[in-house]
Formats: sequence, structure tokens, C-alpha cells
Amino acid sequence: MDFASSEAVPGVPLVAGSATSTKIVVAGGFGVGKTTFVRSVSEIPPLTTEAVMTEAGAGVDDASAVPQKKSTTVAMDFGRISLAPDLVLYLFGTPGQGRFWFMWDDLVRGAVGAVVLADTRRLADSFPALDYFEGSGLPFVVAVNQFDDAPVYTPDAVRDALGVAARVPVLICDARHRAATVEVLTALVEHALAAEPAAV
Amino acid sequence: MSGSAGTNTVRSAGAGAAGTAQAGSAAGAVGSSAPVGHGLRTDSVRSGHGRSARVRPYAITRGRTRFGRVLLVETLVSALNRPADPEDRSLPELAMICDVTRGQMRSIAEISALLRIPLGVVKVLVSDLADQGRVRVHGADSAELVEGPESEVPATKRVLLERVLGGLRKL
Ligand SMILES: Nc1nc2c(ncn2[C@@H]2O[C@H](COP(=O)(O)OP(=O)(O)OP(=O)(O)O)[C@@H](O)[C@H]2O)c(=O)[nH]1
Ligand SMILES: [Mg+2]
Repeated sequence: MDFASSEAVPGVPLVAGSATSTKIVVAGGFGVGKTTFVRSVSEIPPLTTEAVMTEAGAGVDDASAVPQKKSTTVAMDFGRISLAPDLVLYLFGTPGQGRFWFMWDDLVRGAVGAVVLADTRRLADSFPALDYFEGSGLPFVVAVNQFDDAPVYTPDAVRDALGVAARVPVLICDARHRAATVEVLTALVEHALAAEPAAV
Repeated sequence: MSGSAGTNTVRSAGAGAAGTAQAGSAAGAVGSSAPVGHGLRTDSVRSGHGRSARVRPYAITRGRTRFGRVLLVETLVSALNRPADPEDRSLPELAMICDVTRGQMRSIAEISALLRIPLGVVKVLVSDLADQGRVRVHGADSAELVEGPESEVPATKRVLLERVLGGLRKL
């Protein structure tokens, strides 16, 4: 994943008219399986992009005037699914840590919704992501990435432990398997549609 | 197995709101970028021909092209076939973006990953290319739907969600 050449990663074929693209954000703690989730369904090997940002609250126009300004590099990986010749869905995996919230504001803009991945051995790692999406109003689902050696709980038990609302879908999945990943994405879009007012 | 999945930490009720407030106050920092490979910086880029091609800070444009398109990480771009101008003294990065989007569509994120240019910088460069008529910015993207006239939003957003759902079910 380190180096990807443009030959190795083809773009989306041109269509006669205009194409539409949208995205789903895949969030969760470190090592919870975000990249695995993206890879299992993406038509391209996951690509990594970096956003370099200076410390929150510092001015952005006068970097030279602040000699000791701290900058942080946040890596995001993403994959692509062509759902139709003119409809492309991107999946963005992003670290679910509080200090990256300011990046999420930019990332979630225009998103269909979010998948919050959780590991039953360390559920608390998904708290920051849950807090963020509850606060932002973006539709989200919780997907437990069931690791082989992790305790197995029912979705309702996980929901209770995480303190998420009854209307939020909670699923158990294996992020390595495409069918499971597609099922989670489908549940998210169904959930987002249910939250969307009906057309008049 | 029944019973609850134990966590040592309990989420506090007000955490969501606090998180949003913090996110909002820091939003301006998103596009700001430190120097990266290619010697490219967000705040100022020199063309090497004595003429300064100053790139507008993304934090100011908020990723919007001059003609009003919002550039998101997923926004698709393709090069328009305009003969190369021999007098062109523009940044090599602009030509590189045209090269990787010629005859195909790529998202802002793909351009960033393939050319190893930070997202915020790609948005500014693509914005300039679009303003020069050298690339086409595809749409409507979801942000436009979100930000469209209030009355049209629910219907169009619904249509998009339904298309996405139909596509996922066919995978
Ligand atoms: N057994 C098992 N292993 C998994 C599963 N999902 C991911 N893994 C492994 O867990 C490790 C971490 O997965 P990643 O997909 O890299 O996790 P991530 O969330 O992207 O990690 P960071 O980007 O470092 O935060 C990898 O070694 C995966 O192969 C799963 O469902 N079952
Ligand atoms: Mg990862």
C-alpha cells in the first residue's frame, strides 16, 4: 500500500454524461479493522492519502510567523466501488481519535453515513467515533468486527455496552469478508434512507 | 451469549455535543499544510520561472472553485482535451494532475494518493485547473445535494441513497 502507481490503479472510465460520487466513512479505534473492511470490498487496493495539519486553533495564514508550530499528519486510507458506470462510492477509513475530529468535519461533509467498527475486547476505543457521529447527526451503524479470539456478544448486548440508541443498527461482521462488508454497508444506507424524509 | 459486553469506561451523556464544539472551533486548520515532497507548500508555490504562482490557501476558499463547485475528497475530476500551451509556465503539479485524469475520472483523494500531494493542496490545484477550463469537475456530488435549495434537498438526496442501495444489493 506504500507506493501506488497510476498505471496500477486505473481511474473510473469516462461516461457520456456526468458521474456522481459519494462516500461512506469507516471509523473506529486503532487496529479495529478499518483498512481490512475497506480492502474486502474495494475494486482498487486501498490507497493512502495524507492530510497535514497544524495544531488546532493556530492561525493558518501565517505559518512562517509561528516558528514552533506543531503539525500532525493524519493518514486516511480509502477504497472505491463503482456501483454503476456513473455512480461511484468511496469508503474512507479514518482513525477514531478525538484529536482528529477537526479532520472529520471536512471528511463527513456529503457522506451517506458512517460505519463505526468496534472490537469486543476494547469497546471503549469506539467511544470517540460514536460521540462524534451522535453529535454530528450523520447516520451511522455499529459493526462489531468479530476477531477470532474475542468474546462473542449479541448485538443487543453490544448496544447496551456502547450506550447507542435503539434505532441505530448494530451488526456483527467479519471485516475480511466481502459479503459481510457489503451487508454492513447495505444496512447503513437503509438506515440513512429511513432517516431521510420521503419525497413529496 | 447474553449479559452485557463489559466496558471499563462509561460514555458521558454530554460527550457528543462537546465533541462537535471542539470540531467546529478547529475546522479552519484542515487545509493548512506543512511542506511536503516536490517542495510544494500550501501557502505559496513558486513556478521557478521568476513568476510567482501563488496558490490560495484552501482554508480561505474552503475547497470551492471560483465557479462555485465544492471539491470533496470523493469529487471526480477528468482532464479536458485542451492542447498544451507552449507558453505554459504553470506548476508541474498542474500538468501531473491532468496526466492522471486524462481519459478517465479520478477523485480528489486518488489524485492526492497517486501524486503524493496532500488533500488540501490538491483541492486548490484542481480548483485552479477547473477555473482554467483544463479539467472537468463531475457532479452533482452529494455535498451539492446537501447544500442545494432547501425544497429540493430531500428528494434528490433520497434518489442518490436509493441508487446507492440498489447498487450495493447488486454486488
Ligand atoms: N482475525 C481477524 N483479524 C482481523 C480482522 N479484521 C482485521 N484483522 C487483522 O487485524 C489487524 C488490524 O487490521 P487493520 O484493518 O489494519 O486495522 P485498522 O483499523 O485499519 O488499523 P489502523 O489503521 O492501524 O488503526 C490486521 O492484522 C488484520 O489482518 C478480523 O475480522 N478477524
Ligand atoms: Mg488502517
